[in-house]
Amino acid sequence: MAAASCGREQGASMAALARLQERLEGLREEYFLTNRAIDEDRKRKYKAAVKIQRWFRACRVQVCLRHLTKMVILIQKWWRGYLRRKHFREIVERAYFIKKLKFYNEMAVRIQKTWRGYYVRKYIHNFYALKKYLKAVSMNNEFVRHELQEYTEMKENEEKMKDLEKKDKEKKYQARKMHYLLSTKQIPGIYNSPLRKSPDPMELLLQKSKPLTHRKQPVKSPFADELYGWPTCKEPPAFVTSLPLLHADRRKPQGPFRDPAEVLRQRYKPLEPTLRARESMYSAPGKAREPTRREEWRNPIHDNEFLPFSSYHKNYEKYEPSLFKSDKYGQEAYGTKYFREVYPKKWIADKDFETLFPSIALFEKFGKTYSSTGQIV
Amino acid sequence: MSQRQVLQVFEQYQRARSQFAQAVADFAARPQSIDTLRSAGVVCLLRPLLLDVVPSIRQTAALALGRLADYDVELAEAVVKAGILPQLICSLPEENRYYKKAAAFVLRAIAKHSPQLAQAIVQSGALGMLVICLEDFDPGVKEGASWAFGYIARHNPELSQAVVDAGAVPLLVLCIQEPEIALKRIAASTLSDISKHSPELAQTVVAAGAIAYLAQMIPNPDAKLKRQVLSALSQIAKHSVDLAELVVEAEIFPVVLTCLKDSDEYVKKNGATLIREIAKHTPELSQLIVNSGGVAAVIDCIGSCRGTVRLPGIMTLGYVAAHSENLSMAVIVSKGIPPLCVCLIEEHEDHIKAAAAWALGQIGRHTAEHARHVAVANVLPTLLDIFVDTCSSEDLKVKAKKALKNILQKCTYLPALEPLLHEAPPSIMKYIIGQYSKVLPHDSKARRLFVTTGGLKKVQEIQAEPGSLLQEYINTINNCYPEEIVRYYSPGYSEMLLERVENYQPVL
Repeated sequence: MAAASCGREQGASMAALARLQERLEGLREEYFLTNRAIDEDRKRKYKAAVKIQRWFRACRVQVCLRHLTKMVILIQKWWRGYLRRKHFREIVERAYFIKKLKFYNEMAVRIQKTWRGYYVRKYIHNFYALKKYLKAVSMNNEFVRHELQEYTEMKENEEKMKDLEKKDKEKKYQARKMHYLLSTKQIPGIYNSPLRKSPDPMELLLQKSKPLTHRKQPVKSPFADELYGWPTCKEPPAFVTSLPLLHADRRKPQGPFRDPAEVLRQRYKPLEPTLRARESMYSAPGKAREPTRREEWRNPIHDNEFLPFSSYHKNYEKYEPSLFKSDKYGQEAYGTKYFREVYPKKWIADKDFETLFPSIALFEKFGKTYSSTGQIV
Repeated sequence: MSQRQVLQVFEQYQRARSQFAQAVADFAARPQSIDTLRSAGVVCLLRPLLLDVVPSIRQTAALALGRLADYDVELAEAVVKAGILPQLICSLPEENRYYKKAAAFVLRAIAKHSPQLAQAIVQSGALGMLVICLEDFDPGVKEGASWAFGYIARHNPELSQAVVDAGAVPLLVLCIQEPEIALKRIAASTLSDISKHSPELAQTVVAAGAIAYLAQMIPNPDAKLKRQVLSALSQIAKHSVDLAELVVEAEIFPVVLTCLKDSDEYVKKNGATLIREIAKHTPELSQLIVNSGGVAAVIDCIGSCRGTVRLPGIMTLGYVAAHSENLSMAVIVSKGIPPLCVCLIEEHEDHIKAAAAWALGQIGRHTAEHARHVAVANVLPTLLDIFVDTCSSEDLKVKAKKALKNILQKCTYLPALEPLLHEAPPSIMKYIIGQYSKVLPHDSKARRLFVTTGGLKKVQEIQAEPGSLLQEYINTINNCYPEEIVRYYSPGYSEMLLERVENYQPVL
């Protein structure tokens, strides 16, 4: 049967084939056109299919991605929330702490500001204390100025007083010198002119003053303190220049060994009487000495006092030692020797004065005053 | 007979010698005959007379040598070169007081000329002999010896040290206690000369207990003594704070203030010097002086003196004011500014004016209040005049400029600044403009016054380099005013306006 069908088919097919070959050219074109149309159609469809598939796949992927994203977001959300909640407390605490600190700082600044202002104004730059101080300073200055003013015035007054006293003294001295100008009963003086109503004040001064006597004052020579001590010269050297300066008839002292001031002091020393002379013989100690004196007079065996050597009395002047000046170291010789105080340490030479006869100047000139022949003096 | 003749020859010779010595001594007292004496070779002739047997000849010869050496440096050098010093001092301890006085006179006459001669005296061993003289009883001898010490110690610290090493200071302190005024004077002046060189020497003098005795002598009525005592105390106090405090502890205040009223000029000067030396060390000492009324006394002293006597007083005020603003205010309150002003105007010497300018600067530099007081006293124009004046010395100009700068930097008292604005040179101008630029932005009345008195006009005329401080100040001032006014006062505005008129096209 297959062969039959094949044969039939072969025959049909041979006819078909011939038919086809007739249509071939037309078929070819038709085929081409159909293919072209199919091709274009196919391209269009292909593109549409790709589009659809693309779209679909994209949707699928998107869904996948969306899902993933959702999941990721979910995870991250939960994770982050967890972390943040974990650190939230710390952050809040920290923020709170900072807020508190700022507040405290603010308040501390306020306190310090007030305190420092107070302290500086009260202790360091205290305006009122400064003002008081300056006032006190100016008051003190016033006081000091016043005192100093008084002091200068006092000084000036003193000077004026000194000047006045000096003038007064001079006036009085002049009055004493010119005492002879005083008016007598017979003759009115210069200052008491009859034409005047009352005498001149100088007249009154003359009346009051004591006349001046011409007493030679001990003249202190200007050279007294200078250098002239001549202890070992045998003759006072004649200094040409010193003579005109000294007063003409001044008695030159015999070698001024001592300071004139000392000499004067000693010369005018006030009298110091002994106890015996000063004290009355009727006073108690004076009366107490009376019996001893009488006893002494009564008691000695012979009246001649004991002399150590036979010729002692020839050389030694009789001197009765007084009891008052006796002490356990012997008699202090009263009355004869020690009127002058001596300072042996100040003596320049050990020897005492020697009286020497100076050479007679006149005899030196013998044969020399007039020139001999040919010789000049 | 022949013996007499022999003795007569000797007597004649002695008479001749003494006559010669006496005559030379008299001639040496007259200046005109000294040249003749020098050419006659008098020094060599006097030298053997110093060793003469007769004491009076020795004394006269020493006196003559002293007078010769006193006159001239060359004669003094001739005396030293002739080898007189060893002979002078070799027999000094056994001599009498007249010879000691004459020898001390010679030493002092030689020492006063120059340090070299004083050194020669020290090297010849004279200091020991002078110390022996100081121990003598006679006040004249002590005076001569301490005078010689004073002249030796005056020159330089080494010689002072030599004097101190010879042990003179305790003896000098004893001399001060003696009753004779002349001796006290000389001893005080010697102590002053010793202590002026260095703190150590001053310390030696203080250790000998000098301060108490010197302080006791301040009320003494003798003027020359007071001069020396005050000078000695000020030389001691000037070296350090401790010494100044020791001097103050001797209770010199307020007695010292009476010295500032003395009739003698130099007592006033030395008293002011003492107060200055104390005030300059620390604020506490200045405070002490203010509290005891010293500032008032110093101010009165300045007012009553003229010339260099014023200078220490002025410097005292400057030092006191420099320490702190309270002390400066105290000086102002004690009416210190008018005398200083008067000083600036009246005095002729530049250094006194410079000191017054410096003192005013110190007073005014602390705060605006101080500057205001200084400015009100009309000091600033005077200072400016001094600064600009061509015949002022460099030092004076520098001090005046510094004082002006210090005062101007704090001065906010505009009426006093205004006259300066018109006359000041550029170096001062920037301070003035600076002050204006600080005050004007805050005070409307001042702004008005500034315009009406012509200040704004003057400011516009100033030319400053752009970017300099002066230009900034000018800008600040210009910003205080509306633009029209600034333009109105800018120079050349009238020309500009006229130009605009010329170029204007009239609108018909």
